Amino acid sequence: MQKFTNFTGIVAPLDRPNVDTDQIIPKQFLKAVVRSGLGKGLFYDWRNQPDSQFVVDQPRFKEANILVARANFGCGSSREHAVWALADFGFRAVIAPSFADIFHNNCLKNGLLTIMLKPDEVDAIFTAIKQHDAYTLTVDLAAQKVTDDYGWSATFPIDEFAKKCLLEGLDDIALTLQHEQAIAAYEAAHPNPYPT
Amino acid sequence: MAANTLFEKIWNSHVVRESPDQPALIYIDLHLVHEVTSPQAFEGLAKAGRKVRRPDRTFGTQDHNVPTTDRSRPIADPDSRVQIEMMRKNCRDFGIKLFDLGDREQGIVHVIGPELGLSQPGMTIVCGDSHTATHGALGALAFGIGTSEVEHVLATQCLWQARPRTMEIRVDGELRPGVTAKDLILGIIGRITTDGGTGYVIEYRGSAIAALSMEERMTVSNMSIEGGARAGMIAVDEKTIEYLRGRRYVPQGKDFDRAAERWLTFRTDEGARFDHSISFDAASFAPHVTWGTNPGMVAEVTGTVPDPSSFAEPTQRRAAELALEYMALRPGTPIQEIPIDRVFIGSCTNGRLSDLEAAAAVVKGRKVAPRVRALVVPGSQQVKAEAEKRQLDRIFIEAGFEWRESGCSMCLGMNPDILRPGERCASTSNRNFEGRQGKGGRTHLVSPAMAAAAAIAGHFVDAREWVR
Repeated sequence: MQKFTNFTGIVAPLDRPNVDTDQIIPKQFLKAVVRSGLGKGLFYDWRNQPDSQFVVDQPRFKEANILVARANFGCGSSREHAVWALADFGFRAVIAPSFADIFHNNCLKNGLLTIMLKPDEVDAIFTAIKQHDAYTLTVDLAAQKVTDDYGWSATFPIDEFAKKCLLEGLDDIALTLQHEQAIAAYEAAHPNPYPT
Repeated sequence: MAANTLFEKIWNSHVVRESPDQPALIYIDLHLVHEVTSPQAFEGLAKAGRKVRRPDRTFGTQDHNVPTTDRSRPIADPDSRVQIEMMRKNCRDFGIKLFDLGDREQGIVHVIGPELGLSQPGMTIVCGDSHTATHGALGALAFGIGTSEVEHVLATQCLWQARPRTMEIRVDGELRPGVTAKDLILGIIGRITTDGGTGYVIEYRGSAIAALSMEERMTVSNMSIEGGARAGMIAVDEKTIEYLRGRRYVPQGKDFDRAAERWLTFRTDEGARFDHSISFDAASFAPHVTWGTNPGMVAEVTGTVPDPSSFAEPTQRRAAELALEYMALRPGTPIQEIPIDRVFIGSCTNGRLSDLEAAAAVVKGRKVAPRVRALVVPGSQQVKAEAEKRQLDRIFIEAGFEWRESGCSMCLGMNPDILRPGERCASTSNRNFEGRQGKGGRTHLVSPAMAAAAAIAGHFVDAREWVR
């Protein structure tokens, strides 16, 4: 995983709660056998029409790399393709009042930051996007803070371990293999339950 | 000794390493793998020159992509074919037992795990699929993971996990006649909402849960994710033991008795505490039908499509408006006046023998309405064989249903079984998201009996009046 660095980006608004992973990337794209190139399937059913007015197709949000949405973003299927699609499309962070558990985990494994803000802070971002063209936020992971150009900012929680992995770009399999002795000891005490 | 919950007993006995500044490293007893969420994980392993640490604790099946029609013919869709062939190659290369197309044991991963006795009480079980919670019905801690975590488990047989919070959902009393496990879980999701369980492991408890059969418990636990919880679980009792006895991968003879004694300890101790508790009266549930585009949008079959203006919270109101627009429904329409075009009976939620029996009991001697196309897709080859032994296939076929081979099928439409745009389906599956069963398709989630009755009537009906 690449190290997560601070960045400033345009924020695209998706004003819906419960955006599920079937919407983020529909089933036909799950037939892929590689991780790359899934951006073409992002929000496909909402976008696949002539003159799509869907948010990421509007000229002012074309360059957006932060998505803001409502509660329970990423619910439903465990498909990591949803995260690969968002990242491939160019998104580096998603802001919402809450995220589904599996989606949230999948994001962290791929360097896509989930920024959980309070509902009124998310409201403030939706309002600010309406008021300002090309509304941007600066994301500072170390400080756990998002800041705009108009003096507004908010802090967000993140698990310390997840933060360290993101900032250092750690390969968590390599990290786990450092505990080989502990795993082997556990296995020695717990034989395979299945007849061989 | 401290009083522990079922979850705590399993969690505590699987911690490989724990330190205050990071999540726990948890050992995984059983890893189930299917063709859709694993190719990139195997690719990652191969690239890094890693092996599968415990092929003896890893089992594969082909289910999401597979055709449910004649299997002697080649798979028409080239992308599906590639994925299925890649699964074969990966399992062969990495030494993993695969229940392949054409095998007697092939089926939906969450149907075959319990059916083969792979899923056992007290285990930690993962799969790259959100409905892994199903296996929690056997007193296991089972949850869905993404592909990166699949790769991690393949390589290390472990996972880094922050300790989830615990929630008990108690259902006491008796379900009213004709109210099924599916109605119960749809009703629970309607009440706790689709993110009520986020961050929690749910244990379903109480006399109404204890009264359920093992297959009914699987239906309940299966849909935990639709309430936001990664895992659902149910205590082990004599029903669990009897369900497991004699299955292929459980110990046999005296070894089984010893295992059973240990398994029976996997229940929450008297006085153990949950982080959150909710309780419901079993008699308060009726047959349910979803009207919207998430599984929390449910109504009783005797009710009506709600008016979005009845939702106080603006975001929820807007969500209801969008849902009704997608579903082409008007507020106030009686549920029983909604006509349907398609019926799907199957899936990891409701594709087991007792589900097919419940549907067949409604269908027997009746005919599918002329406007309806109806499909029965058994959850596994073993379910199919058992159903055929009982001649359920003949009941369905004579009524005008199509009787298919096992797989995920129209639950997610990765194979040719999909809705056409605008078609409306009564489905025993678990998700009614926009486009889930085919772009522009409209899904209403119901129980097998309700789906069967709707197939006959051509619109939703109260299945309680149809069961003889």
